[in-house]
Amino acid sequence: MKVQDHAQAAAQFIKDEERTDWHDETLWFVRKKRDLAAHGIPEWEQLREWASQIKDHTLSNLSHYLESFEQKATANGIRVHWAADGEEHNRIVHQIIADHDLKRIVKSKSMLTEECHLNEYLIQKGISVVDTDLGERIVQLRKEAPSHIVLPAIHLKKQDVSDTFHDFLDTEKGNNDPQYLTEAARQHLRDYFIASELAITGVNFAIAETGGFVVCTNEGNADMGAHTANVHIACMGIEKIIPKAEHLGVFLRLLARSATGQPVTTYSSHFHRPREGQEMHLVIVDNGRTRQLGRADFRNSLKCIRCAACFNTCPVYRRSGGHSYHTAVAGPIGSILNPNLDMKANADLPFASTLCGSCSNVCPVKIDIHEQLYKWRQVIVQAGYAPVSKKLGMEGMAAVLSSPALYHFSGKMGRTTLKYAPFLVNNGFNPWYKQRDMPAPPAESFGEWYQKNRS
Amino acid sequence: MKVALFIPCYVDQFYPKAAIATLELLEKFGLEVSYPKNQTCCGQPMANSGFEHLTKGCNNLFVQNFLGYDYIVCPSGSCVMHIKDHLHTEENEAAAQDIRTKVYELTEFLVDVLKIEKLEASFPHKVGLHQSCHGQRGLKLSQMTELMAEPFSKPGHLLSMVNGLELVELDRKDECCGFGGTFCVTEEAVSVKMGKDRVLDHERNGAEYITAGDLSCLMHMEGILKRRGSKVKIIHIAEILNHHLS
Ligand code: SF4
Repeated sequence: MKVQDHAQAAAQFIKDEERTDWHDETLWFVRKKRDLAAHGIPEWEQLREWASQIKDHTLSNLSHYLESFEQKATANGIRVHWAADGEEHNRIVHQIIADHDLKRIVKSKSMLTEECHLNEYLIQKGISVVDTDLGERIVQLRKEAPSHIVLPAIHLKKQDVSDTFHDFLDTEKGNNDPQYLTEAARQHLRDYFIASELAITGVNFAIAETGGFVVCTNEGNADMGAHTANVHIACMGIEKIIPKAEHLGVFLRLLARSATGQPVTTYSSHFHRPREGQEMHLVIVDNGRTRQLGRADFRNSLKCIRCAACFNTCPVYRRSGGHSYHTAVAGPIGSILNPNLDMKANADLPFASTLCGSCSNVCPVKIDIHEQLYKWRQVIVQAGYAPVSKKLGMEGMAAVLSSPALYHFSGKMGRTTLKYAPFLVNNGFNPWYKQRDMPAPPAESFGEWYQKNRS
Repeated sequence: MKVALFIPCYVDQFYPKAAIATLELLEKFGLEVSYPKNQTCCGQPMANSGFEHLTKGCNNLFVQNFLGYDYIVCPSGSCVMHIKDHLHTEENEAAAQDIRTKVYELTEFLVDVLKIEKLEASFPHKVGLHQSCHGQRGLKLSQMTELMAEPFSKPGHLLSMVNGLELVELDRKDECCGFGGTFCVTEEAVSVKMGKDRVLDHERNGAEYITAGDLSCLMHMEGILKRRGSKVKIIHIAEILNHHLS
């Protein structure tokens, strides 16, 4: 099936206006919680500045910090693997699983494994993995992708979850009580936790100084999985490094407040070494990140700590839903990361924005997201991925606007056409007219008025 | 003080009243204002669509038209931001650079340069102020809700000097209206949904008029209001600031 572009998929989403309103309001509520939490910290803007500078510094010295991290982690007894791309990452994870011949595998949330399509890869090898984050489990049962990096099932309402659980977990039909549904999920997942032999987790921060890493969850599912399993595989992108443990004081304060308005995530678990008898692996993945690092205009997108504040604030995301971005990481940050992974397939994403700039200003690490969206548009057009009709339209427009004579002439024509036959208005403008009227055309332009009245 | 008036193309063509109000307002403060008559457009519609490379003609024209003034004033935050950020020309880059520092959006010119503290204007209506994003976040005409910082608003400050005007509180102070340049047609569904929601916020809170510093946002919202048969009207901020009871 051909993937719909963002505009088409969004139009589909909006057809159910009630659901769109609900989606918009739910996420706006999260944005307001974030505002409230941030207001509680007088030094909020200072924290953002520090976070931004620490990340800038780290990205400029990435190889140094990665090496020292590897050294420390290895000394701690963690086995470190390097993967150039998603394919290699999946191969490494599969190899570890195959070596131990393990069947019971749980995974807590990791956007990196989504990006690499690890689940699909393992299924092809006959291995199934149970996602233990509640939202992720819901979408996994439904064979859907997460629509949000922090709230993976935010596109679903209570009744959708109830239906899903009825189908898969045998809950009462029509019982939409969140408490009841959560309890059912809890019981269902508990079995997997207790029996887990191998746990896969993501990484929020990897600390060069100590060789340890931190995983943040609200459900404690990363811990429950890792504590019972004899093998723990943690997967991280190369940009997750921070130099020192004390920097967590900046990032952990920003992360939860930006993400959900909580002062801190319920569990910020620090892993330093395998416990006795356990094996701990760490897969460090590039997958296009060094290429992005080499793009001067886009490198600082790698500062992202995946808080999703830019999703929640984005008026386009809230009204188009995460699936309309057809990528693992949706939203504004996804729109500047994904063109780096596949420019052609994701050429629509940088255009799925009004460039309002709200994203850049909620971002806890100060990524200039909307400016990068603008720059990606230039890159994509130069690379030849703009539709031909658009190109011709733009060339025509540029010709008119570069010539005062042509401009004055077509202005007159435009206004008269408009006055007598609005539907004749220039074809490119037709979508305007679907749900909007055009302004009533004035008798004369300002230029004409000025000529008569002032000169 | 040599002041030039920069009127965006769609304002020239569709909303001459706002341009006239801008001119009259500046003249009221004793300024001599010229309107370079060969001006067309700042080039933003192309640039924001990824075709910045096609704006050379517009840029050259802009520099020719606006060279040599002390101030260039424009009733659109969006166009001003575009000029400030992207006006370059191979022919005369020094001039382009100079122009980038001299171009002002109308309300910031009134507040920061003329330092207006009093206005002879009256507009006895309930008005909702739409914060156009490029003016607000781009030119920092008002504080944005994303930042944890002191609130201020240059357009709000000016509106507070208008007799009889009552500013309505909005549920979402500074959400984008969804116009977004060519976004309004390429992402028609999202654009209209955003516009509808914005308009409803003003309606719900009792606004008779929606005002803004950018007619592009207002044109989009007006299109939606009209189609829905709403009584709420749009009006550019210059028209309010220049308004008398007759
Ligand atoms: S870009 Fe910024 S706001 Fe968006 S997810 Fe990343 S850190 Fe959070």
